[in-house]
Amino acid sequence: MIYLDNAATTLHKPDAVKKAVLEAFDTLGNAGRGASEPALGAARMIYGAREVLAEFFHAESANCIVFTANSTESLNIALKGLFSEGDHVVTTVLEHNSVLRPLYECRERGCELTVIGCDEKGNISYEELEAAIKENTRAVVCTHASNLTGNMIDLRRVGEIAGRRKILFVVDASQTAGIYPIDVQGLGIDVLCFTGHKSLLGPQGTGGMYVRSGVKIRPLLSGGSGVDTYDPFHPSVMPTALEAGTLNGHGIAGLRAAVGYIMESGMDKIREKELSLMRCFYEGVSRIPGVKIYGDFDAEERCPVVALNIGEYDSSEVSDELNVSYGIVTRPGAHCAPLMHRALGTEGQGAVRFSFSHYNTKEEVDSAIKAIKELTE
Amino acid sequence: MRKRELKLVVTFHTTADAMAMEKACGEHQVPGRLIPVPRSISAGCGLAWCAPPEARSQVLEVMAEKGIEQEELHECMV
Repeated sequence: MIYLDNAATTLHKPDAVKKAVLEAFDTLGNAGRGASEPALGAARMIYGAREVLAEFFHAESANCIVFTANSTESLNIALKGLFSEGDHVVTTVLEHNSVLRPLYECRERGCELTVIGCDEKGNISYEELEAAIKENTRAVVCTHASNLTGNMIDLRRVGEIAGRRKILFVVDASQTAGIYPIDVQGLGIDVLCFTGHKSLLGPQGTGGMYVRSGVKIRPLLSGGSGVDTYDPFHPSVMPTALEAGTLNGHGIAGLRAAVGYIMESGMDKIREKELSLMRCFYEGVSRIPGVKIYGDFDAEERCPVVALNIGEYDSSEVSDELNVSYGIVTRPGAHCAPLMHRALGTEGQGAVRFSFSHYNTKEEVDSAIKAIKELTE
Repeated sequence: MRKRELKLVVTFHTTADAMAMEKACGEHQVPGRLIPVPRSISAGCGLAWCAPPEARSQVLEVMAEKGIEQEELHECMV
């Protein structure tokens, strides 16, 4: 099998991650529930993971890191907990449903929403984004990269706009955390939402968010916290404020090891390998007649993703054929990115997405190019 | 691309239903396999059970027996 669906989840994880999860099963109690050695072991491990992630994202404190199950949970906590009736929010067509659907719910509850469009290459206009900001604008919410085209949004530019216009800046880093450096303080990010199982190379069911000190988010959940038991309300102090219930300690142990692996291996090295595989694939398939590729491949920075179609063929059919006849795993359809597909005119056909990991090889890429070539013949 | 053939395609409301279908068909030797939902049926993604048209009664029987609810049932070229 040639696995080229790493934008959905990375299949191959570092050995250190597997080892850490296995060890956690043998040793961890429930963090913050008592002072027994297993409970303290879990609490120490989770705090260590907070510290590692705080360093990784340049957060001001380990207490700014909240653990969740994935980006979707982080985004739901952030968006539903930040916005109220009368607030205006600016977002983009590049967004995943994990951003759009919570925002649509906010709109149902009286928020106002402006969605910034894109050009034919799938890039937004920063001027249009700034022009959309008005008196009651509370935030700009955007992805760091489209999960469909791999195009990136310049966070420095949006952060500068948000800072100057004194609005919140919420970022979905699902496709970039782990391969692109993100300096939350340097970029003026108020809330960063990330998942553990994609480029961070951790287990599924792990994720989290950075919340800048002083940013208040209404919790989505309340319940067990291990402290203030007789208080009828959930603690309001971060990170506990946004972490009701037992955390996924076993998964977080894996996530911590994954971030350690990325730091040791070098994020730049990992990214360069992935981008070089992507470029090689792009060069190969872009020369094949009948192949249409979506996104901006002239941009300096992009994610290791190539979305394409073969003629008028149904993307589901092409992906199924790649799977059944060639053992190549890709993702067809709409990729939970309805507005991006609509903007590219691929709402009906969908697209076949190839996404690369540093564990992929040049030989695998060559096989994928050959398969596409054969399918077009 | 391979030649399209007429197939029976069943779509489901949830991935959980698609999994139940695969399990049930496996247990009852009902032919077919899971495929991505053809875009001609729905642009909304998901999994569909793809079977030879002649297996229609077996497919319907196993679904009725296991209480698996279909979203749509089509005969189309896949």
